[in-house]
Amino acid sequence: MHELSITKSMLRIIAREMKSNGVKRLKKVHIKVGELTAVEPEALRFCFEESIRSTPMEGALLEIDDVPLTGRCKACGTEFRIEAFTNICPDCGGNEIERIAGTELDIISIEAV
Amino acid sequence: MHEILIEEKILAKNGEIASENRSFFKERKIFAVNIVSSPGAGKTAIIEKTVPLIKDKVNLAVIEGDLATDLDARRLLKFGIPVKQITTGKACHLDAHNISHILPWVLEQKGVSLLIIENVGNMVCPAEYDLGESIRVVVMSVAEGDDKPLKYPAIFSSSDALLLNKIDLLGHTDFDIDKAKENALKINPYLKILETSCRTGEGINEWCAFLEGEMTGAEVKA
Repeated sequence: MHELSITKSMLRIIAREMKSNGVKRLKKVHIKVGELTAVEPEALRFCFEESIRSTPMEGALLEIDDVPLTGRCKACGTEFRIEAFTNICPDCGGNEIERIAGTELDIISIEAV
Repeated sequence: MHEILIEEKILAKNGEIASENRSFFKERKIFAVNIVSSPGAGKTAIIEKTVPLIKDKVNLAVIEGDLATDLDARRLLKFGIPVKQITTGKACHLDAHNISHILPWVLEQKGVSLLIIENVGNMVCPAEYDLGESIRVVVMSVAEGDDKPLKYPAIFSSSDALLLNKIDLLGHTDFDIDKAKENALKINPYLKILETSCRTGEGINEWCAFLEGEMTGAEVKA
């Protein structure tokens, strides 16, 4: 259950940003979770909601963008959704595929007052 | 209402400490191997087979990560090499911070050139935590499902090598080794795949040769 460790890391970043921006109440957190991360979004949401209970962050919404695994063919440059981990370009059949999205675990922004 | 843009990796702090660990290893010419697998795939057994084959050639030390007990560390003490147990309590993985705390101990062992880190048995959580290792090796046994790479893609995707272990059991299970390799390479086309058995010793020489080759390669690059 490393979603709790990940939540703690996220809350540390949020607390730092709230302090440096002089805001007191957290309203919303926007994050991106790639398909190829070992992170279960619903487990993360559960940990987040439990961790902020009875804190100035209580009630804040967690908006999670699920990022699909996306590749780019090194031969022809086509960008495509990698389905079922099949690393074959749908356009030219090339098999040298660079993964350009789907591994992120990023905090994008927060909204606070 | 303020919208505050952050755009930062959530595990940026772990990443920073991992980079510091990596620099520490590089400056001291220490090759660090992070071994990950589900519980019971044979990580400790592989280390037990590896140590006698290479301990006269390289100066090695082992870090054992477990939730509780020092049973794994005790299994290795018989070889007379430095072994440090980290118990994570309830944490299901080692993180870069755990390793940074152990670095002074690594230095005390004088001249370590190979540091083997056995992670907590878990195929999910260790995938997200860079320790600052030189290579990551995932172990999977033939007593597991050959579809495992597809079920736990993150750990296979982030590893450099795959050891298919307990191959002496092939024939007693429905494990399809070609299918397993195909699945693993789908997730990570760059994976080096080796077959091992700690009971018969099959493949252990090849694994040690691979490890020594990687160490030499890292030295050349540095």
